[in-house]
Amino acid sequence: MTTAPMSRLAARPDLRLGAALAAAKLTSVGIRRLGRGGGTAAPGFVADRIDPALLGKLAARLDRGAVVVAGTNGKTTVSRMLADVLEADGSRVVHNRSGSNLVRGVAAAFADRASLAGDPRGDVGVIETDEAAFPEIVRRVAPRLVLLNNLFRDQLDRYGELNAIAGHWRGALAALPPEATVVVNADDPTLAAVTEGIAARRVTFGLDNIDARYRLATLPHAADAATCRRCGHDLAYDALYVSHLGAWRCPNCGAARPTLDVVGRDVDLRGVEALALTVAPGPGAVPRGGDGSAGGGVRLEVGVPGLYNAYNALATAAAAASLGVPDATVAGALGAFQAPFGRIERVAFRGRTLTLALVKNPTGFNEVLRMLTAADGTLTVPTLLAINDLAADGRDVSWLWDVDFELLADGDVPLATAGLRGADMANRLKYAGVATDRIRPLPADPRAALEAFVATVPEGATAYVLPTYTALLELRRALADLGAVETFWRQ
Amino acid sequence: MDLTISWLYGTKMNIYGDRGNVLALAQRARWRGIAVRTVEVGLGEPLPPESDVFFFGGGQDQEQVAVSRDLQGAKGDALKQAIADGAGMLAVCGGYQLLGQEYRPHDAAPLPGIGLFDLVTEAGAERFIGNVVVETDLPFGELVGFENHSGLTHLGPTATPLGRVRVGRGNNGQDGTEGAVLGNAIGCYLHGALLPKNPALADWLLLAGLRRRHGDVALPPLDDTAELAAHATAVDRAVRTR
Repeated sequence: MTTAPMSRLAARPDLRLGAALAAAKLTSVGIRRLGRGGGTAAPGFVADRIDPALLGKLAARLDRGAVVVAGTNGKTTVSRMLADVLEADGSRVVHNRSGSNLVRGVAAAFADRASLAGDPRGDVGVIETDEAAFPEIVRRVAPRLVLLNNLFRDQLDRYGELNAIAGHWRGALAALPPEATVVVNADDPTLAAVTEGIAARRVTFGLDNIDARYRLATLPHAADAATCRRCGHDLAYDALYVSHLGAWRCPNCGAARPTLDVVGRDVDLRGVEALALTVAPGPGAVPRGGDGSAGGGVRLEVGVPGLYNAYNALATAAAAASLGVPDATVAGALGAFQAPFGRIERVAFRGRTLTLALVKNPTGFNEVLRMLTAADGTLTVPTLLAINDLAADGRDVSWLWDVDFELLADGDVPLATAGLRGADMANRLKYAGVATDRIRPLPADPRAALEAFVATVPEGATAYVLPTYTALLELRRALADLGAVETFWRQ
Repeated sequence: MDLTISWLYGTKMNIYGDRGNVLALAQRARWRGIAVRTVEVGLGEPLPPESDVFFFGGGQDQEQVAVSRDLQGAKGDALKQAIADGAGMLAVCGGYQLLGQEYRPHDAAPLPGIGLFDLVTEAGAERFIGNVVVETDLPFGELVGFENHSGLTHLGPTATPLGRVRVGRGNNGQDGTEGAVLGNAIGCYLHGALLPKNPALADWLLLAGLRRRHGDVALPPLDDTAELAAHATAVDRAVRTR
């Protein structure tokens, strides 16, 4: 294990850092006194003004170093999984658990946890980062390990085009020193390209030997990295799993998915409840030796659904192995894992069970629909789609046209729409071939929509609620007001 | 009656859900009993001679370069000829730029367009991102969409703007114009996707394509409740977030 450059005990008093920490803590207390939940970045803003180096200083005092987790989808889930695994391994973990993942949110989480004397009060950091903030956070934190899960088309009004993000990531990754490790999803051709030839040690993971019924026959419309990064030719896939993730190769120049160091295989998807997969050293793995774990691999049983979560569990296991965590610890922690806010959760409300799943970009939406329709080929319970267009949702709702709602055309359950752009959602369903008498536009107001929707669901039955980010916040607030669930920032 | 929609470069030039335009054209024809064929025209592939309506979306930089090259010569000439014959065309963003004279990036050689529209686009320093409402004097009236571009498009003396920007930045953020129109061809910066919530424009393009091949046909009206609700909501959001 590497040692951090400065141990906690050797740290000299740092007045600027102390002032920044004090200010951040006061701000945080103030916000909670005012009863304002969720606004978790303000203390980081205050701290950043006083000592912009706060994050780097605190991260440098973590004995096991910091891990930065990035990816368009799954970064909240993966960073929570990894934090749970590291805690189960006996580490004290500093983690921006609230999901506030810009530079200031991360700084706030570190400041909140640290002592006034600048002790980070942890052994290891797990930092979820926003795609746009990734290069800056990597630069400030100097992570021991970077975990790259995927790169999909997301809110283009905010992040810009995929190629631009990939270029920024490439710059940050190329600057990492040889002693750093980059654990990367090699099924993603873009991520394979941006990590090629970097000085840091690269550990690749990917899926293999996946049942044909879990594979995709063709690239979804939302995929946009299916051309060869070396020669520009269209890629071919020996197996396609999620969006443009799979066993890819270029028929023109011979570029192909790198040899896998860690393989996820024998995935078993159990409806909307759970999944299992085996994680084993791949053909490219360096034998770990001694602990007897190499070879057969470890079977993971996780209480989250869908193939996209199999990737999340695999990413976590690959990073944990690189950090020296024993397989049994990984399996135990993931077996007890609880899905984070809104990713998939069940809420009891007025005698009905609501299954909530956040939808935030085309690939995420496609995968949620795939998971919910896997058993019957279409939706069989009433579903509410709540689409907002605030900054955190993406102000451009064009992305709805890249989601394959055609999957919902068969069937007879009503599909309700709500949110600031519920009308766009209803129109999208119409053009997907959903019969217009199944499409039920509800009021834009979340509480009114929720009450109207629930009234259409038979007592004792289940219904699905698929909101964008701010619609989820509003629905959770409405549910909380009506006594159904707690607010999330206290978690 | 039959109709062929030619989707130029298909998913290679589709980064903002613009395929919704192709869906809208196809569905609105199908709902009227018209047999629709949608053809994706890729790099190096000739235009189907029976193309009635074209859609041409925007791509990332790397794709724009390949597409610009592909349109030089016979293919671009065939496209201009089809439009001169009265075929319908909707080009959005990158596709719109490549129907002009040229695109001038910051730090690379200019990308030639096909010169259908008398306009030039230069890379700008600012990115225009937001909802857009455009007033037009054409039969389809007001349009609503979402712009996301840094190219500044300047219309030449023989170009006609599609309309005037009521909300948003439009062609260049300066002269209040948005898009260009020539015969039955429209170029603009409007994503959204545009046609599903501007159904009168979708029908205008369909009618252009149908009349070119089938003579003086009419399109029976459809129930556009969902489309008009999406339009009204988008205009409302545009005005509130301007």
